[in-house]
Amino acid sequence: MTQSETSLPETPERAEDRADDLPSDELPAMSRPFKLKLSWQAGFTIAMFAFMYLPILVLTAYSLNASPYSANWEGFTWEWYGRLLQDRRVFSALRNSLTVATSSVGISAVLGTLMAVGLARYHFPGKRLFLGVSYLPLIVPDIAIAVATLVFLAAIGFPLSLWTIVAAHVVFCLAYVAIVVSTRLADLDQNLEEAALDLGATPVQAFVQVLLPQLIPGIVSGCLLAFVLSMDDFLISSFTAGAGATTLPMEIFSRIRTGVRPDINALSVVLISASALLAFIAEYWRYRSDSKQ
Amino acid sequence: MAVSSPPPTSPSSSEPRPQARWLGPLALLAPSGLWLLLLLVLPTLVIFQLSLVPNIRPGDVVNPSGLDNYWLAFNSTNLTVIVRSLSLALGTTAVCLLLGFPVAYWIAILAPRSRRNLLLLGFILPLWTSSLLRTYAWITILRPTGVLNTFLGTFGLPPLELLNTSAAVTIGMSYSFLPYMVLILYSSLEKLDTQLLEASADLGAPPLQTFLKITVPQALPGIAAGSLLVFISSLGDFIDPELLGGASSMTAARLIYNQFLGQTQNWGFGSALSTILILAVSIAIALLLKYGDRDAYRS
Repeated sequence: MTQSETSLPETPERAEDRADDLPSDELPAMSRPFKLKLSWQAGFTIAMFAFMYLPILVLTAYSLNASPYSANWEGFTWEWYGRLLQDRRVFSALRNSLTVATSSVGISAVLGTLMAVGLARYHFPGKRLFLGVSYLPLIVPDIAIAVATLVFLAAIGFPLSLWTIVAAHVVFCLAYVAIVVSTRLADLDQNLEEAALDLGATPVQAFVQVLLPQLIPGIVSGCLLAFVLSMDDFLISSFTAGAGATTLPMEIFSRIRTGVRPDINALSVVLISASALLAFIAEYWRYRSDSKQ
Repeated sequence: MAVSSPPPTSPSSSEPRPQARWLGPLALLAPSGLWLLLLLVLPTLVIFQLSLVPNIRPGDVVNPSGLDNYWLAFNSTNLTVIVRSLSLALGTTAVCLLLGFPVAYWIAILAPRSRRNLLLLGFILPLWTSSLLRTYAWITILRPTGVLNTFLGTFGLPPLELLNTSAAVTIGMSYSFLPYMVLILYSSLEKLDTQLLEASADLGAPPLQTFLKITVPQALPGIAAGSLLVFISSLGDFIDPELLGGASSMTAARLIYNQFLGQTQNWGFGSALSTILILAVSIAIALLLKYGDRDAYRS
């Protein structure tokens, strides 16, 4: 669009930008035409940022509003958070969700890492098919996977419980762990492992003591991603849950359906803060391991 | 690049074991392979089989006997639902592309280089929060006495009846999938050769011409990949149509849900619809792999 005209004042400024990272140094460097040209794209981006954060801000405001049924501000209150702390059903649903997420992420961490290493190191007939099938859960809509799992479990007469949710969650968690680990694996130096083998390590020793420590950052960020997705899943859980195995998204869904509810606002803010914290840890971890390389 | 676990020219003391050649891959791949076979491949085959059984309910004898369920999917009522799902998905894709492109362009090209990663991260951060609760937030915004109408009211504007319409579904789905679009467009625009843009301007091309003849063609693989991803995601989305669409916006995903967990309970028909959905998605993926840019969705 118009960046060609802006590139002249921009280039020296970028060099400065890299040299010392002080934002205050950027301001005088911005010449007037640069600012002008930036305006509509930057303005639009700011509007889109507002669009992305608007729902979260609205929920936060409602959760502290004394009258949650009205959009007007009626005074400040902690009441909804207090009610939330006494809500037994929410806590039992949260416990179920945490059980499902930690179990399925734990299983996926092992299976997904082994799978990523196996697929990166070996060639065998049907490898492309294996790869394609393992990444299907990333693409095929949840509803189709949920339906298929329910129908299959019913066909073999397997009783539904909390553990059938875990079994179904492992399928997609596995894919996310494997994809993150395999990108990490692609950047690694294979010579280290071969050196270990040359020096007399058994394949298992080489795997556990040489390869695994290098993969840890990838495994951790894959697991965090899988954990968040497992905690967030509504469809697959509700199709594979046995009686009483209500997860947090299922509980939230059944409450939302009956309309806007004050306790859900407070719950939203708690959950959103928790996931923002988790996202921050995950991204920080990735940033640190990236800059170490 | 196949490296078998014992290096071929190893003078090591460990004697070459013939079984080690297949033991390695088997130990690494069998656990996940078995899990995927049991809980992904077999289930998909079972719904395909079940989709050939007309009018089955839980507990009935499975007796495949024809394509009745598929014909049912294309009768006039259900065809309307399928067409509505497709047009909602198309509309969402168009909105995400229109809103996402300027954002990705600004972050990838115009923003200060050292801030780009942080800006991108900030934009996709809401993805980490519960998708149900983000949709719920839109209910509180769009409902008749919600934030939007209170806002309009203070300016003396007439209220908008958006909740339980297709417009609300499109807003909700665009909100849900916009970060994916921006992410993919960004990785495509990041590779854009900005010298070409300068050359074009130096040679006297107006900005619009430079944009259409240089920027768009170079970003096309990313546009294709992002659009298909958003299209597939919105086609299979259940939460947004269910919570924001009301009774008038029945979509394919909601119809499938109702055959199993809703009042209708027709597993054969639901399986047929699922099979159609999987086929539609597979066709979209095949198109993406054939014409798309493989690098564009690596991030």
